[in-house]
Amino acid sequence: MNEIFSNPVLAKALPEAIVETLQMVGISAFFTVLIGLPLGVFLHVTVPGGLRPLPVVNRIVSDIVVNITRSIPFAILMVALIPLARLLVGTSLGPVAASVSLSIGTIPFFARLVEACLRDVHHGKIDAAQVMGSTRMQVISKVMLPESLPALVAAATTTVVTLVGYSAMAGLVGGGGLGKLAYNYGFQRFDVTVMIVTIVLIIVLVQLIQLTGEWISRSLDHR
Amino acid sequence: MITVTDLRKVYRQGKKEVVALDGVSLSVPKGSIHGIIGHSGAGKSTLVRCLTLLDRPTSGSVNIDGTELSSVRDSEIRAARRRIGMVFQHANLMDSRTAAGNVAHPMELVKAPKDKIRAKVAELLKLVGLEGFENAYPSQLSGGQRQRVGIARALASDPDVLLCDEPTSALDPATTDEILDLIQDLTRRLQLTVLIITHEMHVVKRVCGSVSLLSKGRVIESGPLAEVASDLDSKLARALLPLPASEPIKGALQAGPVLEILFSGDGAKEPVLTGVARHFDIDLNVLAGSVETLGGQQFGHLRVQLGDDADCDAVLGYLRSRGISVKLAGSIANEAELAEFAPADTDFAAETGDSK
Repeated sequence: MNEIFSNPVLAKALPEAIVETLQMVGISAFFTVLIGLPLGVFLHVTVPGGLRPLPVVNRIVSDIVVNITRSIPFAILMVALIPLARLLVGTSLGPVAASVSLSIGTIPFFARLVEACLRDVHHGKIDAAQVMGSTRMQVISKVMLPESLPALVAAATTTVVTLVGYSAMAGLVGGGGLGKLAYNYGFQRFDVTVMIVTIVLIIVLVQLIQLTGEWISRSLDHR
Repeated sequence: MITVTDLRKVYRQGKKEVVALDGVSLSVPKGSIHGIIGHSGAGKSTLVRCLTLLDRPTSGSVNIDGTELSSVRDSEIRAARRRIGMVFQHANLMDSRTAAGNVAHPMELVKAPKDKIRAKVAELLKLVGLEGFENAYPSQLSGGQRQRVGIARALASDPDVLLCDEPTSALDPATTDEILDLIQDLTRRLQLTVLIITHEMHVVKRVCGSVSLLSKGRVIESGPLAEVASDLDSKLARALLPLPASEPIKGALQAGPVLEILFSGDGAKEPVLTGVARHFDIDLNVLAGSVETLGGQQFGHLRVQLGDDADCDAVLGYLRSRGISVKLAGSIANEAELAEFAPADTDFAAETGDSK
């Protein structure tokens, strides 16, 4: 125990690393939901037989954007997107820059989860809403989203947990955070204490996210 | 008042054309309940989808109180739909909304004022007998209570027509009767025009004033309940007044003609059979029978065997002269043949089970 507190690396770099990780996860989670949710809704309603069928557009968005981005390993995508990050935020270093590639990496993932959640809304509910005289937007805002909310929260939780993992990777290419700390000190300098402490912290973080997400999802579920 | 004229719906499946509705015509006056009965695949679901404009009919018209629904432009489709309240087999309530929230849903869509919504929700929940359940979620309600919420929701947009698609098929018999009585009560009180699509003959018997039999996309029989039940040759009469299979009766007559007799109205009150026995001095043997009250009239359907020596034509004439419909169903020469008199038509014998 003493070793943890006397370790100079931990005392100096750990607080900053934690803040950086939380920044990366927070910023990219925000943008992932902001863009991934509408994208998922779009994918769901434009399928043939959907609320607003647009088969060609759906195919293009679905295949090109979502499937291709998802099939590229995140480590490669991250490096490939460094120029984009520089363009958008002016730098390729730091947690904000890393959030660009993190968001782009998880938006398609989240959009697919959203699409699956919406597909699980029973078709009879959509019929009922339409027969009542709902507009398409009302079907989305008053039926699809509220009815799938518990599932959407669970999907967001899974996405944020994935983001924590990705953020550790992002640390290696300039994002900073716990991933960088573990790699630089724990791996390259054989500092076992740093390695163990960062691993424990990441596990605790993931556990907290998971528990909070499950709790919210459960309290929203009236089924 | 809803009038459906020559409604056709043709689906395309690749190069093949599937005719789901082949010229359906119906007319239901205000304040009455019309049943549409048919097997799975008869076109019931397609009819519902065309009436609610979830699908556009290929041709034909749907007219509610003078407003033509089938030709409205897409922009007016939502206003047109609000004239029809729909009750679904599984209620299709929103799980994320309370009973009150579900009933408020159609009113929220047209941005009705909040206090108006609240007052109307309370009124409707009271009307369907769910006072005090405002804050219950659908998962906390029984199947019958959920269907009551569904009915209240269907009435929230003050529709002229209530369309019920298998409203009781997922309910137990006691709850079925409660829901049917509620629909009947509401029809009278609110002067609704009600269409009930069902595969359960029980529903037709209990609440419908008139009925149509749908088969392969066509209405093959239709009319007021008392009228279709009086026609011995109609499929609906056989389904409304089913006769069980005849078992040979020990010591019964061994041979002789078998008659099917249908009494209705006043005829059902007269002691016709004993009249025949006395008049012709013959023996009669009742093989099977059923008695029902349909559309406020008493009906009796009997399968009767006459003695070998009876003058069959004279008996037929005697019964017909008394306004009773009767026909010669066959003749039994021996016990083995008697056993072959299966129910006339088992089309609707199975009244339970899922239609879809």
